[in-house]
Amino acid sequence: MTRTDQVAVLTPGVQPGVSLAQRLQRGLSALLLATSFVVAAPAFAQDVQADAGTATGADGGGEAAPAAPHDFAGDVQSMADAGFSEKEDLAGQIVQSGNPRAMTVLQALLDGKLYSNSDDGKVYIVGDAPDDATSLPVSDAITGETLKPMSPDDIDRIGTNNGLRKTLKVLIAQLKLNDPSATVRRQAVKEMMRDLDDSTIAALRERKAHETDPGVLKRIDAGLALGDLGGADADKQLAAATLLYGDLDDEVYNALKPLSTGKDTDPRVRAAALKAVQHVDFWRDIYNAAQTLFFGLSLGSVLVLSAIGLAITFGVMGVINMAHGELMMLGAYTAYVMQLLMPNHITAAVLLAIPAAFCVSGLAGVAIERGIVRFLYGRPLETLLATFGLSLVLQQLVRSIFSPLNRSVSTPDFMSGVWQLNDLFSLTWNRLYIVLFALIVFAALQLVMKRTSLGLKVRAVSQNRAMARAMGVRSQWVDAATFGLGSGIAGIAGVALSQLTNVGPNLGQSYIIDSFMVVVFGGVGNLWGTLISGMSLGVVNKLLEPYAGAVLAKIFVLVFLILFIQRRPRGLFPQKGRAAEG
Amino acid sequence: MQRRNLIRTMIAAVAAPLLMATSLQASAFDGEIKVGVLHSLSGTMAISESTLKDTVLMLIDEQNAKGGVLGKKLVPVVVDPASNWPLFAEKAAELLEKDKVSVVFGCWTSVSRKSVLPVFEKDNGLLFYPVQYEGEESSKNVFYTGAAPNQQAIPAVDYLMNDVGVKRWVLEGTDYVYPRTTNKILEAYLKAKGVKSDDIMVNYTPFGFSDWQSEVAKIKAFGSAGKKTAVVSTINGDANVPFYKELGNQKISAEDIPVVAFSVGEQELSGLDTKPLVGHLAAWNYFESVKSPANKAFIKEWHAYKKDPKAVTNDPMEATYIGFNLWVKAVEKAGTTDTTKVIDTLPGLETPNLTGGTAKVLPNHHITKPVYIGEINDDGQFDVVWKTKTEVPGDAWSDYLPGSKDLKSDWVTLKCGNYNTKTKQCVGQKN
Repeated sequence: MTRTDQVAVLTPGVQPGVSLAQRLQRGLSALLLATSFVVAAPAFAQDVQADAGTATGADGGGEAAPAAPHDFAGDVQSMADAGFSEKEDLAGQIVQSGNPRAMTVLQALLDGKLYSNSDDGKVYIVGDAPDDATSLPVSDAITGETLKPMSPDDIDRIGTNNGLRKTLKVLIAQLKLNDPSATVRRQAVKEMMRDLDDSTIAALRERKAHETDPGVLKRIDAGLALGDLGGADADKQLAAATLLYGDLDDEVYNALKPLSTGKDTDPRVRAAALKAVQHVDFWRDIYNAAQTLFFGLSLGSVLVLSAIGLAITFGVMGVINMAHGELMMLGAYTAYVMQLLMPNHITAAVLLAIPAAFCVSGLAGVAIERGIVRFLYGRPLETLLATFGLSLVLQQLVRSIFSPLNRSVSTPDFMSGVWQLNDLFSLTWNRLYIVLFALIVFAALQLVMKRTSLGLKVRAVSQNRAMARAMGVRSQWVDAATFGLGSGIAGIAGVALSQLTNVGPNLGQSYIIDSFMVVVFGGVGNLWGTLISGMSLGVVNKLLEPYAGAVLAKIFVLVFLILFIQRRPRGLFPQKGRAAEG
Repeated sequence: MQRRNLIRTMIAAVAAPLLMATSLQASAFDGEIKVGVLHSLSGTMAISESTLKDTVLMLIDEQNAKGGVLGKKLVPVVVDPASNWPLFAEKAAELLEKDKVSVVFGCWTSVSRKSVLPVFEKDNGLLFYPVQYEGEESSKNVFYTGAAPNQQAIPAVDYLMNDVGVKRWVLEGTDYVYPRTTNKILEAYLKAKGVKSDDIMVNYTPFGFSDWQSEVAKIKAFGSAGKKTAVVSTINGDANVPFYKELGNQKISAEDIPVVAFSVGEQELSGLDTKPLVGHLAAWNYFESVKSPANKAFIKEWHAYKKDPKAVTNDPMEATYIGFNLWVKAVEKAGTTDTTKVIDTLPGLETPNLTGGTAKVLPNHHITKPVYIGEINDDGQFDVVWKTKTEVPGDAWSDYLPGSKDLKSDWVTLKCGNYNTKTKQCVGQKN
């Protein structure tokens, strides 16, 4: 293993950094692709400075060194060579030692910041440092004293595994029970409920005696009741089951469920448990339905995003553009390049990628229209073949420039994680934002088509080219602009997709069929049709998935579509009147 | 006129040193041995397979620097089957019949291997297949240097069952031959261990599946029944990234529902932000993080070859490394590149693997491999949490499937790939 690699291993939590030279190189290759990057130069200059700025930041130096009891120091010391189950015991002993540094040490172990030196057997806590740092800020784990920075080669991380991490979380939660913040305490109780035993129950009891916050008190009561449910005393069980009525927590449900059907349960307890379980079941059904609906809408909005650009090039102009997926791919790679250029501003990079991707894919679209498509108007088969060939060329181009490997685009913090509405219902932020984003893009596009002179001309040319030209519309210019607009929207869709799936050369391929499906189903030439059809296909797909499985659901949807097109060849919302003949 | 002259001069200027270089090199060797490389360099599988092409080229360079094989220079013949399964067969025929290569290193997906199998058997070629696969196959002309199910899937399930205490199982896979066969074996194995059918959920998704919301929600619901649940994932290729992203988004942590993957290695993780995935597992016979002198040297060489200090290594690369070294040993021992003789020499040969152990070729054309279970850490590598004490011999025919448990593969004494031990008959290809 080379040195750089070890550095990467020793600095957890830090994104693998990119060296200046590499960034330059990648930036250059990116510029080949994204010829229109005006923002590139200033953004690049900015993050070199930002890089230099983050190279500091030691941890744990501020705490006063306490007089450590003998066993605490010994336990921490033993962590260095212990097996995973020994470490669990040691962690328990560290908590019992009551040492004020117990939490710091356990948290460091959980975060992978606890290191040991095999020569002197000492244990250290390592602070934050960039990937390629040659020295790490360290402090003594036992005393908290800040020491001289050390080379990553001299110390080894003390490893954890899933079981140990779970134990650590519960232990830390126990320590956090006395935290001044009520929110932290509530979280701590919730964490402890996942793994109740005598010692955690005792800790909860003790806390209950002097807890003042009603919210925390309620959680503690629930936790204690959960403990009682497992006991043998029927009266306590009954009280617990009654108290837990209305609690939607999984642990509670799983504890009540066997009581509600158990043969040797006290009948009163069984009735109370059954009532509580039925209550949860009822809400579970409702929230499951809501969740499925949300999944459907979010799949639908991805479909709408990828299809809406096509609705313009295919729907309005009648060009079968098989390279549409690759224009999305270009957009996704633009997001990746933006992130390379400004690695320390992920949110800004994603937001800036939206206009950048519009420009890159839009210009690529204009180039395709001027270079290929315009010679093939009125010859759909040849257009299809030419653009299909072009899609292969674009894929291979990306493979040569960026390598065939998938690239990762980080998700900004505000988009990751879930919005936990209650114990049963949560929405993932990234999907929620993408639904919103799809609606915004749709609204913006509607505005462009209905309220701007470009939109007017586009509609005029698509309805009656000869007449529009007679009125002085430069139809060639309008063609190029329309194609560019459709392609630009595809680029924006690519940015959204980069948050959900792989950024790789095959990105476009997986969406092109779906896009055509949505446009044809919605009715060619109708943006509203695209919106409705995308959303409804998404919902139908997600409704079928739990029963039929992902593979069959997709087949059913396709079969349904084929049958539908047989009956209504012009889709859901066919164009009417004269436009239909054009 | 002038321009044409200019072009001519340029060609001459470029060609002269090239010619000189080749003639110089040729003089150091006593002839050539052609080595076929059959990995997709374009299409879906390029992401995984192009790395193996580079690995073979690196190994060939290295071997030539050591003086080649039998004093002859190794010359790679690289073809691109473009992730197109029928094209694999065509390209294999091209390598064996037109280029007359002595050995082929290639294939990744099982469907590509199945596609080239008849070609290798017809032309009596020699294929080294470097990827973990579903077993249930044995060919005289193929050496399987990747893991059979008993060298990856079964030990991984054992680890989860005994060390983690998993009681409920989700078998989640991509819809094609490898996941379906592996899951069939695993289901039979779990039931043999007393797991009830209620506690097993099997689920398939299409290739390149990207909308994992409902699937992950289903796993979450299945896992919230109070018993320790784990996901055994045979999800292949691109679909992994959105799958893991969705796991992270829905806050399914490895402490609650660990996912053990058979197709996710360092290479796949290098395209991912691994912070939400910390603790999820993978079972392989090699991890880049395993500390051994051989591995250290190999990684160093790979970085130098790729001119990228961040290039990762993975299990199929190690399998390619083992396969290549075994072939070199066999050719040197046999004193010829004649396929039949090399195939007969290979069983019994040993070569060090990269993790400090030994890979031995078995009569069934599989090799011995150690099994490692690793947890994903936050810099895209695996921390080894469990390993087998010794190397596990690869088994071509699973002991847990009704059709295959009586079958035995032995190309040394029985000279048969699928000998039925009950009927005492060779059912398929014979030597």
